Amino acid sequence: MTTTQASGQPVLQLTGIGKEFGAIRALHGVDMHVMPGEVVGLMGDNGAGKSTLVKIIAGNFRPTHGEIRFDGNAVHFHRPIDARAVGIEVVYQDLALADNLTAAANVFLGRELKRKYGPISLLDHKAMASRALELFGELRSETRPHDLVKQMSGGQRQAVAIARTRLSNAKLVMMDEPTAAISVRQVEQVLSLIHRLKEQGVAVMLISHRMPDVFAVCDRVVVMRRGEKRADKPIANTSPEEVTALITGAKEAA
Amino acid sequence: MSVPMETPISFTNVGRTKWWQRGIFASQTGYVLAALVVLMIIMHFASPYFFTQGNMQNVAKNFSFIAIATLGITFVIITGGIDLSVGSMMCFSAMITSMVMVELSAPGSPFVHMAADGKTVLANVPGLILVISVLAGLGAALVVGLVNGFCIAMLGLSPFVTTLGMLSIVRGLAYVVSNGRGSFPGGPDADYFYALTSGDVLGVPAPFIYLVILAAVMAVVLHHSSFGRHVFALGGNEKAAELTGISVVRVKIEVYVICALAAGLQGIIISGWLGSAPANMATSYELNVIAAAVIGGANLAGGIGGPLGAIVGCVLLEVIRNGLVLAQVNSYWQQTLVGVIIILAVLVDRIRSRMT
Repeated sequence: MTTTQASGQPVLQLTGIGKEFGAIRALHGVDMHVMPGEVVGLMGDNGAGKSTLVKIIAGNFRPTHGEIRFDGNAVHFHRPIDARAVGIEVVYQDLALADNLTAAANVFLGRELKRKYGPISLLDHKAMASRALELFGELRSETRPHDLVKQMSGGQRQAVAIARTRLSNAKLVMMDEPTAAISVRQVEQVLSLIHRLKEQGVAVMLISHRMPDVFAVCDRVVVMRRGEKRADKPIANTSPEEVTALITGAKEAA
Repeated sequence: MSVPMETPISFTNVGRTKWWQRGIFASQTGYVLAALVVLMIIMHFASPYFFTQGNMQNVAKNFSFIAIATLGITFVIITGGIDLSVGSMMCFSAMITSMVMVELSAPGSPFVHMAADGKTVLANVPGLILVISVLAGLGAALVVGLVNGFCIAMLGLSPFVTTLGMLSIVRGLAYVVSNGRGSFPGGPDADYFYALTSGDVLGVPAPFIYLVILAAVMAVVLHHSSFGRHVFALGGNEKAAELTGISVVRVKIEVYVICALAAGLQGIIISGWLGSAPANMATSYELNVIAAAVIGGANLAGGIGGPLGAIVGCVLLEVIRNGLVLAQVNSYWQQTLVGVIIILAVLVDRIRSRMT
């Protein structure tokens, strides 16, 4: 995975992405790229087009205009599972967990481990539980694989949602407000997880409102406003004040 | 890809849920089962006839008559849907089965030949007519289930409205095909048909045996297959299920097909017991079936339910009915009591979930 980093080819490249919902232009001419092992912060006010962009990359929507290249190849996602197949994982803001299932069941939802018993294959509960426990251990989350998500704290839920992305060899992980509803200690955990992903050459796109989090982990920040990209700067060359100005429109572009 | 763990995970802050707050002990199914046991003990002291072999056989047979359909609808209820066409489906499948059976058994059909007396028909291959007619009945159920599933999953219609319409459509079709007269299973294979539907093995009624087998299969499917997992996920959080790549449309269609097939099979079995498939058969049975599922702990909001609950609900309804008969209470009270129990069961569950 470190070899791709050296090659200098972006893992994700967007060219001229636009999206219209009827008469509403949600996105217009967005170009951006993400390198392997890079953490990019995506910022913008509500309605700026962040979520639409994320949903296009994740395969929920198809772009009206433009091209997506992943790992150098042009890709067309019809469903989220297509995006997942090439190595794009998303942690959704509402976490997309089924409350009535256990932590392990949620981690493996849609890609359950199975064992063959003759012609029928049944769930391999043991393997899923132990792998889930391993993942929770990596995330330093005190989460029992057999507990129901219904009974869990916000941080534990977050851990379950993030653990899900770690199952596959994801090349790009997008996190939609991962630190919005959790405690200070758990924010630290999530940020350290982002560092770990980065160390392994996984690209991370962090969608967040929390300026300190973005400045703590991101290499680069992209600011969206009114459906367009207004700024794309290395974090070292900008400041929270400038980003705030870009988000609110006090500063048009940078 | 995996990061080595620096220290093994410890659970200093997160306790394990107590055993009596987990699994069946914390479920509506659990305490309805307890209530059922208590009720049966009371019945034993109230009436010496209750625990007699004959009465037990009767109870087993009677609740089996709605329990298979209840298993089917439990799948639908777990996904957060509802199927009101169950009663009509029972009737329609039973009717198609007995009509096909009669049709294939008519003199001149390639499946039969005349006996020496020139009047009686005999099957060329014993059992073949029965198999074909049962498959025809289940085929009709399959089609209805597919239409339900298509309307709900692909067109996005509400399950309540779709299946309410289907209730009427299927009942209407049953009247159309039979001209309102109903149909009687007949022909050379009718004896097999009656043996398989209303017979018994070593004193155990046949429908009860089917029920036990199907419930066991259902338990495995729900808890140990990925399909079952997806059914629960759909009921818990449909959007999440979709986002994780589960084919929501497919799972939905499948549960409505399963429900229709279970109802069809149930109808065929009932017609064997009745000896006929009248056009008004199983009218409003959908309400009994849904009531049994809900009493047994299936949550109409989705995400909760199982075969044990479905059976417990059916048994409870039947034991109450049976008990009222044995106690010589006016049988008109039965329906009122069933309603009270539905509300009580859900109420107790609500109180319990508030307490924890």
